[in-house]
Amino acid sequence: MTPEDLLAVWLTLKLAGTTTLILLIVATPLAWWLARTRSLWKGPVAALVNLPLVLPPTVLGFYLLLVMGPHGPVGRFTETLGLGRLPFTFWGLVVGSVLFSLPFAVLPIQNAFAAMGERPMEVAATLRAGFRDRFFSVAVPLAKPGFLSAIVLAFAHTVGEFGVVLMLGGNIPGETQVVSVAIYNHVEAMDYGAAHLLAGGMVAFSFLVLLSLNLLARRRPA
Amino acid sequence: MSIRARYRLDRGGFVLDVDLQMAGQGVTAVFGPSGSGKTTLLRLIAGLDRAPGYLEVNGEIWQDDTARLFLPTHKRALGYVFQEASLFAHLSARRNLEYGMKRVPSDERRVPMNRVLDLLGIGHLLDRMPESLSGGERQRVAIGRALLTSPRVLLMDEPLSALDLARKQEILPYLERLHDELEIPILYVSHAADEVARLADHIVALDGGRAVAEGPLADTLARLDLPIRLGDDVGVVLDARVGERDATWHLARVSFAGGTLWVRDTGLPAGHRVRIRILARDVSVALEHHVRTSILNLLPGTVEAIADESHPAVALVRVNVGGQPIVARVTRRSAAALGLTPGMPVWLQIKAVALIG
Repeated sequence: MTPEDLLAVWLTLKLAGTTTLILLIVATPLAWWLARTRSLWKGPVAALVNLPLVLPPTVLGFYLLLVMGPHGPVGRFTETLGLGRLPFTFWGLVVGSVLFSLPFAVLPIQNAFAAMGERPMEVAATLRAGFRDRFFSVAVPLAKPGFLSAIVLAFAHTVGEFGVVLMLGGNIPGETQVVSVAIYNHVEAMDYGAAHLLAGGMVAFSFLVLLSLNLLARRRPA
Repeated sequence: MSIRARYRLDRGGFVLDVDLQMAGQGVTAVFGPSGSGKTTLLRLIAGLDRAPGYLEVNGEIWQDDTARLFLPTHKRALGYVFQEASLFAHLSARRNLEYGMKRVPSDERRVPMNRVLDLLGIGHLLDRMPESLSGGERQRVAIGRALLTSPRVLLMDEPLSALDLARKQEILPYLERLHDELEIPILYVSHAADEVARLADHIVALDGGRAVAEGPLADTLARLDLPIRLGDDVGVVLDARVGERDATWHLARVSFAGGTLWVRDTGLPAGHRVRIRILARDVSVALEHHVRTSILNLLPGTVEAIADESHPAVALVRVNVGGQPIVARVTRRSAAALGLTPGMPVWLQIKAVALIG
């Protein structure tokens, strides 16, 4: 593997790790709200969260490019903060990945919270636990299988993304060139050997992810 | 010492409208058919549901809408035992028991762990996970978990209803010990008359979201106008004491305020306090003292009142036996044939007496 390919692998893992971490923080309250609310907003919010499931990644990437670009509202905001522009940077990719993988993190956690029912939290309240206390001591541990699925899926889905990266990040080695883009480059350059190495690695990785998910699902929820 | 609960809740078709003054000690049974609002009342008291009203528990105000006061559930010193055992599946029995206790300041803990383990017989279960416990064991751990928060009131929502008869029999003695040994008032929701007869000191009868009767158990059960249909469960509960035991016939004599009764000897020592239940259907009325009869228990008394039962063929007769009311169920035809009227002296023939607790 060339140093450039290794850099792409490292960047991919860094992107997926960062994205997963941020997703856990964002998706947990969102999943709780979606699992519990009776608000009329539930439908629209759920649809919005799940939009990346059906949209072509290029569409998401395109709009993000516009919004975060020099004339977009987010772009102007980041510029006034002195952060510069997000497109064609690592953090731009993180933003795109978080949105793109959001449903993969929200859905399993939401299902786990819903399956738990109201009772455990009510019981904890009668045992003097305030909301934050009972959320972390009861709801989160009981939803553990959902969290594990969310972590695996969000990480894997980010590793596998291509369209959003290409639209939003381009192809800058060490900054935005992830494995899927590197494979594309090798194929374009007719270097099938190098493409095989990375592509085969992705196949093995994906297989392991699905296998672990399967084992996870078979284990009885703790 | 009392619990004052006043609520008005209108939830599309179901209205709960109560103003209750409940005893601040002993077991108060909240009794009534399903859909009468029992569980709703308990959830309102716990703060799990909300309705306009006022709630005061032994001097502490938990809800007062005029003062815009509503303590959230976790700030109310209560214990709640749900219908189904609701142990936290991810925690061992020990960690379940400690969950609430740890959240109560140590100077407010009045119920020691070893006392609870002993009282409920759960000391050997501590390291087990909930999924490996039987239904009865889980419910005992859940009761212990609630007690360890040293509550000012223990709310129990049909804690036995999810259990089969054998498990019920296993838990009932533990509940009786709670009643006898702890000074925590218990509100016990049930639709099972036998549980109420066995455990309760006071009763609040709910029907259609309203309290239709409330008061001490013995007095309330002896009311003929109790507006809830008890059917075969109509009867009285008396406090009694075991007297002599007849080894030859395996019988024991128990005495209550109005006389003595022979019951099957259950091995309780003389002097032991017991509660006995006499169902109206097991009591018949005679004008004379029959000597040649298979019925052991004959008591003289005076007719106090006669009332219609739900079925038009049947009447309920309340007879005063030495100051203690006993209710008999007879056919209206028999009542007419005997010419039963209030003030009339009669003999009660009691076919069965149940020793409960």
